[in-house]
This record gives sequence, structure tokens and C-alpha cells, in this order.
Amino acid sequence: MRARLRELAAYREILINLVRKELKVKYTASVLGTIWSLLNPVVFLAVFWFVSKILRGGVQDYPVFLLSGLLAWNLFSVAISSGAQSVIVNANLVKKVYFPREILPLAAVGVALVDFVLQSAVFFALLLVFTYGFALDFLWLYPLAFVALIVLGTGIAFLVSALNVRYRDVQHLIGLGLIVWFWLTPIVYAPGTVADVLVERSQVYWNLYLLNPVAWVVMGFQGALYHSPDAAEVLAPISDRGLAAGLGTVILLGMLFLYLTWRLYFTRSGDFAEEL
Amino acid sequence: MTGSLHVEGVSKVFRIYREKPSSIKQRLLSSRTRAEDFWALRDVSFAAEGGEALGLIGHNGSGKSTMLKIVAGILRPSAGVVRQRGRLAGLLELGAGFHPELTGKENVYLNASFLGLSRRDTEKVYDDIVAFAELEDFMGTAVKFYSSGMLVRLGFACAVHVDPEVILIDEVLAVGDEAFQARCLDRIRAFQREGRTIVLVTHALDLVRQFCTKAVMLDHGLVHATGDPDDVVREMRMTILKQHLEFAHEEGSKEIEITGTRLLNALGPVTGPLGPGDRLTLEVDLAVHAAVEDPVVSIALHDGTNNFVFGADTAQEGMSLGTLTAPTTLRFALGPLPFTSGKYWITVGVHSRDNQRTYHVQEQRCSFEVRRVEDRREQFYMPVTIEVAAP
Repeated sequence: MRARLRELAAYREILINLVRKELKVKYTASVLGTIWSLLNPVVFLAVFWFVSKILRGGVQDYPVFLLSGLLAWNLFSVAISSGAQSVIVNANLVKKVYFPREILPLAAVGVALVDFVLQSAVFFALLLVFTYGFALDFLWLYPLAFVALIVLGTGIAFLVSALNVRYRDVQHLIGLGLIVWFWLTPIVYAPGTVADVLVERSQVYWNLYLLNPVAWVVMGFQGALYHSPDAAEVLAPISDRGLAAGLGTVILLGMLFLYLTWRLYFTRSGDFAEEL
Repeated sequence: MTGSLHVEGVSKVFRIYREKPSSIKQRLLSSRTRAEDFWALRDVSFAAEGGEALGLIGHNGSGKSTMLKIVAGILRPSAGVVRQRGRLAGLLELGAGFHPELTGKENVYLNASFLGLSRRDTEKVYDDIVAFAELEDFMGTAVKFYSSGMLVRLGFACAVHVDPEVILIDEVLAVGDEAFQARCLDRIRAFQREGRTIVLVTHALDLVRQFCTKAVMLDHGLVHATGDPDDVVREMRMTILKQHLEFAHEEGSKEIEITGTRLLNALGPVTGPLGPGDRLTLEVDLAVHAAVEDPVVSIALHDGTNNFVFGADTAQEGMSLGTLTAPTTLRFALGPLPFTSGKYWITVGVHSRDNQRTYHVQEQRCSFEVRRVEDRREQFYMPVTIEVAAP
């Protein structure tokens, strides 16, 4: 495993180049070129910001609440869905050139990450422009939630891309699965409300709801960024310590999961050139 | 530092699925997996040390390219090991690792990273790569606008400038123009002098004799001959000649079946090599299993490197066979042979007039050889009559 990591490190140039290639190809043959990659998140955020101002949904400063979770979810879902396709889309490379195959899903995650960083930069700029600002007390949750997100997203990307080469069902399954998963995660609705509703029925339901690791990630981002006066009702009824503990668990289990899916991917990847 | 390459007992089995089950449903429903094992390579061993150039030869489908892909790390061997020392650069296909939308320059960086070069290292050799490929004016152009010659030049230029200790070349040189080929060969010679290891897969047997210090001939996945290039190339030529009546591949629904073919010349059945200008007759026996309306029978000639050289069919000759009901023999009388030398394979096929249905095709059903008249280096034969014009 250590040798494998060393080889991956030796080929990191490919990873960088593939990410660069994807971004380049995405906006190629367009007049504005890379400007699009900045314009995209700006427009995306502006639209959501204003639409969510109108929708509101009983949450103060709804755009801030929505976007803190939604950007994380976008990274997660894009990493998984493009990760699933990564080997198939690059069949040409896989069949003709040697390189550690892990690089393909990693590049998919990398591309999603670049979008995330750009969108987050615009988002943070908007927070300052609208004088919403940051709650420095809780900002430390942000890196924790981010690490959990990346570990989880990469692990799943490995899993689905390894399976999708043989069973193309996986990519369709992901499309549906992500929709269900999206609504099981407190992104557009407030986790505080869900907690109230579920706990009223039974504590068990709320505990079950919390088995969703992405819910923890999203609640982590929300806890780090959202600090309006009604935060106590909107955010999950979990202390920042509790959130940190949850995210820590997600990271630890996520690492184990990542290790296992990486192993699976690695053993399966030897046959990719034949199966494509 | 010099590289080396050791291939020890490598075998490769491909599972051939009749219909590849690519979804879970299909896999669950087909209880009997209709898979066959196909041994592309069986227990192949060879070694090349620094400074050696190894030529890998064999017929189409002998396993050469599979072998090279295993050496390159693209395919995993079913058994055996490949041990290599030093950086390996593979040139397995035209523009492999190029992305059509990226410019030449971006592709050089991308391709060099596949060959294990860092960005800084690539910057150092970038100008040399461009100069070698002679593409100074096109580096800002997306490679989708490149010709195949430009692609192969850029691909080769990248491969030879990444300072590989082991370099694999698969038939790609055939694309460039002669001047570029000569430059590539010079480069390969320089590599040899510097003690690098080269593995060359090719159909050009003369190239192997000129270049290689060692040759391996594969036949149906087995090592058929190995050693001195001259000996191995001779062996290869011998087996090409020996392979009579061995058709490579057949398919079709067989309402009409090709049951026999005979090659005849003026003296009867063809037994030895023919001469340029000889007339050749091909008889094709057809058995009819179900009445078929208006079938078309066609023949195709391929040369020793599998290039299509000539084809004829009954439809093209304005002939209609009507509805066949009884066994039939067709006779194709071929005019004076234009070939001066080489081995030719004949593919025979029976299909519907609109080509929608194939009743029976046998590729390389039979073959004949044409031998050059000594000391005449002609490209092809043409009947000539010379007479003194009336004054």
C-alpha cells in the first residue's frame, strides 16, 4: 500500500494535468474561455441568492443557510456522478497508456473541488458584501466538515467508478440515489425543523436520520457559516462539540471506507483495459 | 543507467462472452455464462538487456500487441511476471494520451506526464520535442485539426524525449513520411548506442533484420522462434508460406455454405508459386441448406500484410445467380496476375445483394504465392505486346 501511494505521488503530475484538461475542455471553443469558470459560480450563486430571498422557507437569511449546505452537496454529487463516469469517459487512455488508474476518479473529485473553491470564494465575497460576515467562534468546524466531505466523496467515487466499468447500471442508480440522498439531507430545509418533527414522533427517527454521514457534513458547514439570530431553531439541536465529534466519526469511518474502496478499485483496475 | 526488461512465463487468457453481459440484470438472467477462454499468450518468456533491440513478430492475432500491452502495464498478465528496470515509454498507438480538444503544446505536457515527466522536466525538453516533430507553427492548434502524420510525429517526439530507458514501439512508425521515419530510425539507433532497451513490434520483417539484435516470433500466443533476427525472420517467412488452407475467421447464417475452394492454373491445381502474368482460376463449391433468392458471391485478395488489394463479385460482373436450390460450383477466372512477388490470401463470401445478410464468409480461405522473376525489381506486372509498326 505504501508503495502504491509512492507511485501515485510520482504520477501526481498526471492528476494535475487531467484536472487542468477537464477544466480546459469544459470551456474550450468558447470566446470567454476560462472566464466562464468564474462566471459560472457567480451566476449560480446570484440566482440562488435572489431566488432564495423570495422563497425564504421560514429561515432568516435563507440564502446563507441554503448555500452553506448546497455548495458542499454540489461538490459531493458532482464528484460521485462524474467519478462514476471517469474510467469510461477516459477509455481511450485506459486502453492505451499506463498510469495508476486511481488518478481518474481522483481527477473527477479534483474538478469538482475546483468548482467548489471558486463558488465558495464568490460565496464568501457575497457574505462580506452583504455584511453578513463570519461567526469566528464556529468557523473551526469548516475545515473539519471539509475533510469529512472530501474523504467521503472520494471513497464513494472510487467505489462507483470501479463498479461502473462492469455494471453500467451503477451510473443510473447514482442518478436516482443522489436525488433521494439530497432530500434526506438537510440542505433546503432546516435541520432544526426536521429534528423537531422527528423527535416528536420518536427519538429513534431522529437517530436514524443522523446515520446519514452527509447530513453531518452539511450540518457542519451550516454550523460554521450560518449565524443569524434564529440559528438556535434553524440549526441542528447539536452542540458544536457534538458536531465536531460527529464529523470526527465520519472522518474516521470515512478513512476506513476510503481505504477499502481504494483496495477494491485497485484490484479491479487491472482489468479495466479489457472490460472497456 | 540502462534499463532492462525480463518477461517470464507470461500467459494471458481473455474471457470471450458471446454477448457481453454489461448490466446486473443481464448477468442475473443468464444463468449459464456463455464464456469461452481464449489464450492470447501462453508461457511467453524473453529478455532484453540494455543496448538490445528486440523485434517481436508474428501474424495478425499472434499475441504481439497483447504482449506489448502487458509489458506496458496496461493489461495484467494471467500468469507470469514482467520485470523492468528504468523508465518505460510506450508508443502503442497513434496519439494515445492526446486529447483532441487541447492544443499541441498542452498535449505535449499531458503526454509527457503520462510518460512520467514532471512539468519542469517537460519545459526543459519542450523545444527539442517541437523541433523534432517539426511542428513549430502548430503548437497552438488543437490536435483535432492535426493530420495523422502530425500526430505520430508529435507522439514519437514526446516518447523519445522523456529519456526512457525502455521504449516500446508498436507499428506506429509506418505512418510518418520517409524523411521522418529515417529520423526516427536514427533516433532509435542512437538509443541503442546509449545502451537503452528497445522493443519493436512490426510486420516489416526487413526492419527487424536491420535493427534488432534479437527477435521473438509469436504464433497463436506461443513463442515459435527466438534468437538471431535473421533466423527468426526466415522462420517467420517459412511459416507464412506453409499456411495453406487455413482460414482465419468465418461467420454467417449458412443458408448457403462454402464447402470447398480450389485454385487452378493452366496445368491444373496450383501446387507451387505462380509467376507474374499467370492466369488463375478459383473454384468455389457452394452447398445450399435453404433456398436463398439472388445471392451474391464475392472474393477478396489481401497481401501478406493484410492490405486489401483486389475484390470481385458476381453482382459487380452483372451476374445474377437466381434462386439457388442445388449445390453449385462457381468458377472465377482471374486475368493475368499483376503481382510480381508476395503471398496473397483469398477471402470468399456469400451474401445478399443489399449486403444486409451474410450467408457465409471465410476469411483467408486459401492462398497463393507469386515469385518474382530473378533480378527484376518491378512493382507489378502488365501484359505487353510489342510489334514493329507498319512503315
